[in-house]
Amino acid sequence: MAYNLKKEMSKPERFVGGHRLCAGCGAGVTVRAVLRALDPEDKAVVTNATGCLEVSSFLYPYTAWTDSYIHNAFENAAATCGGVEAAYNVLKRRGKVQDNFKFITFGGDGGTYDIGFQSLSGAMERGHDMVYVCYDNEAYMNTGIQRSGATPRFADATTTPVGRVSNGKKQNKKDLTEIMVAHGIPYVAQSTFLTSMKDLHEKAHKAIYTPGPAFLNVLSPCPRGWRYATEDLAEITRLAVESCAWPLFEVIDGEYRLTYEPKKKLPVADFMRPQGRFRHCFAPGGEWMIEEAQQWVDQKWEKLLAKCR
Amino acid sequence: MAKRDRLSGNEAVAYAMRQIDPDVMGAFPITPSTEIPQYFAQYVADGLVHTEFVTVESEHSSMSTCIGAEAAGARAITATSSCGLALMWELLYVAASYRLPVTLACVNRALTGPININNDHSDSMGARDTGWIQIYAENNQEAYDNYLQAMPIGENPAVRLPVMVCQDGFITSHAVENIELCDDADVKSFVGEYQPEHFLLKHENPLAVGPYGISPYYMEAKMGQAAAMQEAKRVILEVGRRFGEMTGRTYGFFESYQLEDAETAVVLIGSSAGTARACVDELRAQGKKAGMLKLRVFRPFPFDEIAAALSHCKAIAIMDKCESFSAAGGPLGAEVRAALYGCKERPVAVNYVYGLGGRDFRVDDCAEIFRALDECVAAGETGAPYRHIGQRG
Repeated sequence: MAYNLKKEMSKPERFVGGHRLCAGCGAGVTVRAVLRALDPEDKAVVTNATGCLEVSSFLYPYTAWTDSYIHNAFENAAATCGGVEAAYNVLKRRGKVQDNFKFITFGGDGGTYDIGFQSLSGAMERGHDMVYVCYDNEAYMNTGIQRSGATPRFADATTTPVGRVSNGKKQNKKDLTEIMVAHGIPYVAQSTFLTSMKDLHEKAHKAIYTPGPAFLNVLSPCPRGWRYATEDLAEITRLAVESCAWPLFEVIDGEYRLTYEPKKKLPVADFMRPQGRFRHCFAPGGEWMIEEAQQWVDQKWEKLLAKCR
Repeated sequence: MAKRDRLSGNEAVAYAMRQIDPDVMGAFPITPSTEIPQYFAQYVADGLVHTEFVTVESEHSSMSTCIGAEAAGARAITATSSCGLALMWELLYVAASYRLPVTLACVNRALTGPININNDHSDSMGARDTGWIQIYAENNQEAYDNYLQAMPIGENPAVRLPVMVCQDGFITSHAVENIELCDDADVKSFVGEYQPEHFLLKHENPLAVGPYGISPYYMEAKMGQAAAMQEAKRVILEVGRRFGEMTGRTYGFFESYQLEDAETAVVLIGSSAGTARACVDELRAQGKKAGMLKLRVFRPFPFDEIAAALSHCKAIAIMDKCESFSAAGGPLGAEVRAALYGCKERPVAVNYVYGLGGRDFRVDDCAEIFRALDECVAAGETGAPYRHIGQRG
């Protein structure tokens, strides 16, 4: 059946209002979109790594989650979800559980690219029937915008501050999506918010309903950390995609497929300019940073195109 | 009918696990507990259990798996030693505070620095404040018996706390001894089914586990744990009695050996009790009033019961197989002395640190300690209250 945003939005929310995420936070948008992709008759257990999403959505005695939910620690969301899934398998076999459950994990980039990476890798390798969703906002936002492995080069973060002898983060962003592809799992995709949310919805549905482990990497901007106007969330994600800084693609059983190709690839400077974290790149003498950022995006994009052909 | 066999401590624990047939096991190898998941893997391979055997990539993930599984409504177990337990540290607190009765078979081994694979108690003693019940075994029989009692204790609705069942690495885990094993059917009915009140996969309603506990609520959660640990004392004795009815082997918080009229006594944990018992027998044969208290349950700590059992002695040696680097003694020493503080009459107490990293503890060493206690009695004072024994030089 064709995707229809209006119909999707008429479903009862599984992540409800009243949580304490910032206005314009990408994490909440990611969660709502992914949970909308669950078939209404299916139950779910959500696992959540420590981070903004967790501390904002489940403050005792309130929860924003209508599905069963478990938070364990920062670095072990994938292993925790694997434990829940293992319990489901055995309890179902033993006739103690009758309902159909799906298992979805949410972690930020800190909890996924960095401290939770081993746990994620192990869970994917073991083949648990689960979806790991990384809401990638490109830094440790919960603790105050410290750099992570997902922070792009030149970004001004609180542990890679711009200074007289510093131009922000020195290293390029780790390509976690590629690393997850290398795990040989049945479904890996990269997405973000575009117009009707069709791209993310369809990928989330595939991820949830593909048997075995699946990984979704969703660029989920943080207006506080990236320093753009809160109301510009949709514009920022559009620029990330149109500049190919965040390409949209999926990998099904190792086969790459580009799910969106910009008609005219925008310069990465268009994506960087509205963001305060890159302001120093646009000061006089900063041209080389824009150039090198562009080279990096071009190189990654060409490699991706080659894989998708 | 119970049957007699010869098993190592590790095999005995794995045998108990097979009889219980738990729902989920998080498995990761570390010496000397490796054999436990290894034996269990064979039970899985042979179709003797229905357990989901999750072969994780670290002990951190095995405890994470157990927490997820237990919260989901399953009975979850794991086994580890030393650095493996240390890697789980953060999550030991999580399991206890989420009130998840996970069962952990801890095969005690020294912590690294330098690396050492042999026995002492620094791993589980370091975890003493994580909120886990800790039960220690002297030999393979006790390791087996304690394991069978762990779930009835931890899963009791008045308790709902995780349980660490400890045995000494190599000395108990690898030495083969005679053992009496229960019938599978008896074990099944003794341990029963895990029936949690709330769990993630419950049909009737969803459950949210692991909230952000802000200041107005955090302390109440900790009070709940503290109260459960108090309740655990009653349940441990009840389960120990019930186990005795089934097997003839009744368990309490500790074993008192020749303690009733003892003038001098050693207080210790684990396999060294066999050595101390032999020493007490020798001294008793010489007409000396020597005794021993072998502690079985360290968490909850049987504060009043220990005081009552030891207060009549003239001098005691509290033996810590663990250095706590407090510059004042080990954890058992501190807690036993604290227990005696409220007694009007109390013995002089010396705290010995011994047996670190597998350093042997012989009958002669124990006799030396009793000699030192005699000196304390003769002098009417403690002397150095914090000593080490067994080290070179």
